[in-house]
Amino acid sequence: MTFEPQITKAHPDYAQNRMGMLQLVDKMRGLEARATAASEKRRPVFDKRGQLSPRERLAALLDPGMPWLELFNLASYMVDDPNPDTSVPGGSMITGIGYVSGARCFIFIDDSGINAGAMTEKSVEKALAAVAVAQRQKLPFIHLVESAGANLMAYTVELWAHGGGMFAGLAKLSASGIPVITVLHGASTAGGAYQPGLSDYVVGVKDNGMAMLAGAALVKAATGEEARDTELGGAEMHATTTGLVDYLAENDAHGIAIAREIVGRLNWDHAGGRSRAYDHPRHDTDHLAGVVPLDHTQPYDAREVVARIADNSDFTEFKPGYGPATVCLHTRLMGHDVQILANNGPIDPDGATKATHFLQLAQHTGTPVIFLNNTTGYMVGAASEHAGMIKHGSKMIQAVTNITVPKLSLYIGASFGAGNYGMCGYAYGADFLFTWPNAKTGVMGGAQAAGTMEAVARAGAARKGAPVDEDRLAKQSAQITTHFDRQSDAFYTSGRMLDMGMIDPRDTRRVLGFCLDTCAEGRRRELSPNTFGIARP
Amino acid sequence: MRRLLIANRGEIACRIIRTAAERGIETVAVYTDADVCAPHVAEATQAVRIGSGPVGDSYLDADKVLAAAVQSGADAVHPGYGFLSENADFAAAVGAAGLIWVGPPPEAIRAMGNKAEAKRLMIAAGVPCVPGYEGADQSDPVLIAEGEKIGFPLMVKAAAGGGGRGMRLVDRATDLPGAIQLARDEAQNAFGSGELILERAILGPRHVEVQVFADTHGTTVHLGERDCSVQRRHQKVLEEAPCPVLSDAERDAMGAAAVQAAEAIGYVGAGTVEFLRDASGDFYFLEMNTRLQVEHPVTEAVTGLDLVALQLDAAIGKPLGFTQNDVTVTGHAIEARLYAEDPADGFKPSTGKLSRWIALGGAGIRVDSGVVEGIEISPFYDPMLAKIIAHGATREEARNRLARGLRDLSALGITTNRDFLIALVKDETFAAGQATTALIGDTFPDGFGVQADDTDRNTAAQVWCQAAAKTAMANAAWVPAELMGWSSSATAQTRVPFADGAMLVTPGKDPALPYALTEDALWLTRGDKTLRFALETFGVASLAAPDRITAPMAGAITAVYVSPGDIVAPGDPVAVIEAMKMQQALSATMDGRVTEVAVATGAQVPAGALIVKLEAPDATS
Repeated sequence: MTFEPQITKAHPDYAQNRMGMLQLVDKMRGLEARATAASEKRRPVFDKRGQLSPRERLAALLDPGMPWLELFNLASYMVDDPNPDTSVPGGSMITGIGYVSGARCFIFIDDSGINAGAMTEKSVEKALAAVAVAQRQKLPFIHLVESAGANLMAYTVELWAHGGGMFAGLAKLSASGIPVITVLHGASTAGGAYQPGLSDYVVGVKDNGMAMLAGAALVKAATGEEARDTELGGAEMHATTTGLVDYLAENDAHGIAIAREIVGRLNWDHAGGRSRAYDHPRHDTDHLAGVVPLDHTQPYDAREVVARIADNSDFTEFKPGYGPATVCLHTRLMGHDVQILANNGPIDPDGATKATHFLQLAQHTGTPVIFLNNTTGYMVGAASEHAGMIKHGSKMIQAVTNITVPKLSLYIGASFGAGNYGMCGYAYGADFLFTWPNAKTGVMGGAQAAGTMEAVARAGAARKGAPVDEDRLAKQSAQITTHFDRQSDAFYTSGRMLDMGMIDPRDTRRVLGFCLDTCAEGRRRELSPNTFGIARP
Repeated sequence: MRRLLIANRGEIACRIIRTAAERGIETVAVYTDADVCAPHVAEATQAVRIGSGPVGDSYLDADKVLAAAVQSGADAVHPGYGFLSENADFAAAVGAAGLIWVGPPPEAIRAMGNKAEAKRLMIAAGVPCVPGYEGADQSDPVLIAEGEKIGFPLMVKAAAGGGGRGMRLVDRATDLPGAIQLARDEAQNAFGSGELILERAILGPRHVEVQVFADTHGTTVHLGERDCSVQRRHQKVLEEAPCPVLSDAERDAMGAAAVQAAEAIGYVGAGTVEFLRDASGDFYFLEMNTRLQVEHPVTEAVTGLDLVALQLDAAIGKPLGFTQNDVTVTGHAIEARLYAEDPADGFKPSTGKLSRWIALGGAGIRVDSGVVEGIEISPFYDPMLAKIIAHGATREEARNRLARGLRDLSALGITTNRDFLIALVKDETFAAGQATTALIGDTFPDGFGVQADDTDRNTAAQVWCQAAAKTAMANAAWVPAELMGWSSSATAQTRVPFADGAMLVTPGKDPALPYALTEDALWLTRGDKTLRFALETFGVASLAAPDRITAPMAGAITAVYVSPGDIVAPGDPVAVIEAMKMQQALSATMDGRVTEVAVATGAQVPAGALIVKLEAPDATS
């Protein structure tokens, strides 16, 4: 069935929607550019050492012209540095999925231009999340290392404890039969030294590449021994003395060329994806930026979005007349059969049972599910409670949790309360979860929270028979609204890694298509696991 | 004539095959292992292998070529140009084998084959010749005396010569004896005959030649002249018809002289009489080429005749069917010879794979090529790849067309003279029709090369991105086209690994230029420029500290060859270690002086133990 969009370029709201959305996209691109600029400040050091910058390393590593999906692009934003105008996103690392020598790989690059690649508060979480994606999608894991390690001034015991998970993750990757390839471009000190130790392949760049448990300064402090860093852990030493380095490279470009060769000879089956014939959407995917109102309290029809991302802009709607605010569509995206679960408002009991049915059908045929989040939550009120909202909502949460088909979740508007859970929010194991820059997520909206607290205060005052201090109440309401709204903003939540990255809404179809291919390839891939991972000599 | 063997290769073989095919005559190609993939082999009806590669045991081997003709059942042989085309013995052998020889009678070939004899004949026939000495007495005193009589500057030439070999320009009397000696040696080596002739040097002459044609019924006509003045080292580069400076009277006189020359030796078929024309308009017989010329297409363009067709007719005794009065010259034609050679490096021939070959042609452009894309250009043969011939109503139209035809041509993967040809065609002197044989030397004294500017580099970087993307796509599983070139973030750029400085670019629009991406370079045709960008390549990283020679494994030292103070070079053995009954020599990997020998014969050493320590030779000096 084809759907004729109502919000087209001719619609009175389109231009304003689009202008607002593109401003937010510009803000996102500005933050990405901020990380690039921050990293570029170290250019003189890279030049002096004859190194490539981290972004040049990425540019040299990736297959030219092949797609690249960056993940966790805003991680750490407003975390270490709460100032939105100075905070640098990325967590001192660049992560994503791209092609190397024809193989889809997970790429992890220390952004050594920023704080010499030292970890930030979110770095450990980002690293763990990166390993988890590689593990789940069975992607060779390539790490271009150059990190000063942890900033001792910002040390927290938790970071150290959680950081161990990275190495456990590498050990698991190796044991699963997922190759881990490391290029030592610079220092890999202290805990970082286990990165090459736990890799299946290690390339070391002469003069700059280093791995050691303790650098010269710490050794001097600990034992009084005077040693140069290159003696303690230079790539050449590791290539000849310890065998930690498998391939010695003359420089960064050479090291990356070797890494590409290694991937090219992995016996990694590239032939997973068969070419599929499909139709492009009949409605321009670029128009997505103008279709959605920025104010999440303004409702809109999720099918407007689907018409811009689905092949041929057509779909088959499941139970359109039952629980109609919960939209269930069978469609195709870049030739993949998919089921789309979307919201045209709160999820009511009928919507929840319909969604549950729909998710079980997806599991029944192994069809990937795309969740387009735009809900203020499960319906409240007596009627809803009496109709069994709790048990129907619970069913939906059970279904979304336990289906094993690929789950791709997108925050495209509001995603509040338990509705977020039912719609495959942060905690629900999506294969991929992205946010549009306009999205709002949280337990509830600021206004609702303020209103709730106001009602509680008024009820309390009435119980005590005390007068209501209207000024104080107004101030409190304002505070609560700010407190909630600040945290529900997509830039804030993305900085806190409550998703896998923020995307330009106009990229939605490409992101979903890329992720569907990634999931399909990963699920098709048969690995050759072993028990303990590959041990170095 | 039913089946024609073409005793040649390259563009001329293809060109002859085309006319034969039009006539319904089957063709037989001969080829070597080096030419297995050459187009003449594919285009002929059948092909016979006659050798591995070198011309001596293939295209120049008369016995093999003749055997191929007999074996393939050919009833005629066309020699093309070069190779056996002016070999009178071969022509005679073809006739003796009962086959039709598509060329002049052996006697005519022989008569013109020796410059001295030819000149004597021409003088006798009243054809104007350069004053000089072409006598039988080849003793040094006679040659020197004759030389002084002629005056300086003069040319010393091999009587049997051609192609500039055995040829010397002598400016002063004192240089003459040495020049005679050198020319004689060269001639002896190249042609098996040391006979020399001396001629007054015509400086800065125009090279003008007349195409003649004779049938077996006594008709000899000329088909107008060609000007081949643009040469480098006596190798023609641009040829045109008619000659831009010849008056009608001169044209008639030269044509008449050429016909006279041909008739004097009983010529049959296509031949060319070459003249030098000095600045005053006087012209002198230079030599006669008793075969089809490389540059015959310019004559074909202006006369509308098919010279190969005429050759085939004459060979079977058909009368020419027209007379001198019927010959018309329409418009102007210019030919450029595309060579695999480097004009920036002394025109050194280049070899390798012709990775990209595009010759668009178009209105007024004829491309006679002997190559196809992907072919390997071997060092065995003439480096000419193709001829581009432009025909126009006027010389200017032809010249502009030729420039366009050359611009539309891409030959990538090996260095060619394409850009140089464009520069020549656009050269002011040539444009004015004033080129002499001195043009290239005077205008391009240091050769010719193009430099890449920033726009070239940026364009090349984009081309590389597109080319690399195609390779990447082919290596990967299928990717939806709409995802190609897409990145979700601003971070993804492409590093273009140019060896003289990598570039970081955001892939944009495909410049859609002809290119070739080889192992170590990107080749690109951009307008008048053919560009080559070397790409980064890597070997194996070398280990530092070659100054310590250590035991590769645990074992016993069975010999020590050096002592402190000894000087060693890379590869010199310094000691022998034995382990598990295997002996292994340990060698120096650098130049140096032995500063320490840490072990003695018989010592048992662990893996990694120091055996010998060296220091760089300059460490103490």
